[in-house]
Amino acid sequence: MTEPAAAEAPERLPLRVRLKLYELDGVTLLVLPAVLFVAALFVYPFVYGFVLSFQPKAGAWFANYAKFFSDPFLYDTIAATFRLAIPATLINVLISVPVAMRVRRMRYRRLLTTILVIPITLGTVLIAEGLLTYLGPQGWFNRTLVLFGFEKVRLIHNYTGVMLSLILSGFPFTFLLTLSYITGIDPSLEQAASTLGASARARFWHILMPLLAQGLAINLCLSFVQTFSVFPSAVLLGAPAGDTRVVSIAAYQAAYEQYDNSMASAIAMIMGFSQLLVVLLILAGRNLFYRGAVGAGKG
Amino acid sequence: MGSQKTVGERLWAFAIWAVVIFFIINVVALVAAVVVNSFGTRWFNAWLPAGFTTRWYASAWQEFQLDEVLIVTFEVVGAVVLLSGLLGVPAAYALARRNFPGKRLILLMFLLPMMIPPITFGIPLATVLYQLHLGGSMSGVILANLVPTVPFVVLVMIPFIEQIDPRIEAAARVFGAGTGALFLRILIPLLAPGILAALLLVLVRTIAMFELTFFTAGPGSQTLVVALYYAVYAAGVRAGQSIDAMAVVYMVTTLVWLLIALRFVDPTQIVTRAKREAAH
Repeated sequence: MTEPAAAEAPERLPLRVRLKLYELDGVTLLVLPAVLFVAALFVYPFVYGFVLSFQPKAGAWFANYAKFFSDPFLYDTIAATFRLAIPATLINVLISVPVAMRVRRMRYRRLLTTILVIPITLGTVLIAEGLLTYLGPQGWFNRTLVLFGFEKVRLIHNYTGVMLSLILSGFPFTFLLTLSYITGIDPSLEQAASTLGASARARFWHILMPLLAQGLAINLCLSFVQTFSVFPSAVLLGAPAGDTRVVSIAAYQAAYEQYDNSMASAIAMIMGFSQLLVVLLILAGRNLFYRGAVGAGKG
Repeated sequence: MGSQKTVGERLWAFAIWAVVIFFIINVVALVAAVVVNSFGTRWFNAWLPAGFTTRWYASAWQEFQLDEVLIVTFEVVGAVVLLSGLLGVPAAYALARRNFPGKRLILLMFLLPMMIPPITFGIPLATVLYQLHLGGSMSGVILANLVPTVPFVVLVMIPFIEQIDPRIEAAARVFGAGTGALFLRILIPLLAPGILAALLLVLVRTIAMFELTFFTAGPGSQTLVVALYYAVYAAGVRAGQSIDAMAVVYMVTTLVWLLIALRFVDPTQIVTRAKREAAH
């Protein structure tokens, strides 16, 4: 095969050399196993799920989506999820900024970050089980309230329980992310502003915030996407038939209780696209507010 | 920075520390409540249980077949750690050393499984695995768990590999080392700290990975966290103390590995190293 080709165009380089010009050689091939794996078990299932969602058990090709958006038992789950995800995300990200500002120069930073990694590591199932005992009517939290003369409050098997678990497992994550963005900013920028007489508040709004905007936008996206996909705590700690019936519960029930994979895929796609929509809105909002000032951080 | 602090600044600092301390107290109390309950005899309408015992551990071990569950957990975690290292490190090497067309697309492909939550892609993934008759088995659980960990290892390893001077590899090549020898003799020894850190993080994440295991596990392939979920879900069937004893076993398993991991990585790395990549 190569000989006639070489005879026709003698100045043409061999394939091996031409590929090498694009940096494609034996070393590049090492990426293939991982790429094929992710293609087979991530990209393909997504495409498969997308196609499957348009092949309902009965009815027209869009019957699953029509059913989802006409049945309040199903479409209300989107609202229930947003009611949890938006406040939880905002609380976690907004509190993480001032706390990270304080902690970044703290001596025992490593100890604090280690303590905060524990809830992330334990995961939502254990946090749900712990909160059931701790926040329950006989738990330490309510006992402490009574001790200080307050009324007992109902904190589990409702919206509050799920919200608290989202804060407990989500705040450490957003905090560590914010902390890494803040410590990534060159301290000499702030020192320069301080030398020029800028107050702490001015330094924050004019130096740190513009540099932090990019990181905060990504933090908002990641936290939102995580809280939006709440599942174990919504079941264990919430009211899974009531106001914490989130969209992931609907997807789970379609797949594992009704064995309707087509419907389950449709709900998973709706979940994915809702997340995508919010992420795009956040990224668009970032460009709206901080045009031009970003991009100087360490990244 | 400023030497004089106004009353407002002091109040602000106090408020922030109050938030942090309140948060930590609640985390500690939540963990302590589980531990105390698992050792308590009867705990009703009091600050502490009436007496202490270790019998719940024996009953939890039997009721939940914890020996089987633990073996499955370690088999799954071991396979996931090994395979994500074998798939991830070579891919990271190629991505760190070569600038080929389509590299950005591949990086995006590795980024997505880490940014998209497992609940969202877990259901289509489980559907595909069940169609291939892999769902409900150990191999299905392992494959599903590899989906976020392979990209994680790739993205964590790229900066580690970029730090190594390419002239060392060039020198080895001059002396006739092939890619295999290069990996075994040069790269793996130099990258050992990075690989160790990445794989320990994979280990901790996989022990705690609930969603993907939950969607793909069958009766014989439940890991500890999934067994714990089912126990809490069916609370009332078993004694609460028994469930909490199992929760303590789960906590100890996770935290021992976390402590080992923290000897090699900075806590912020657990969330940031890989997420940081998202900024680019």
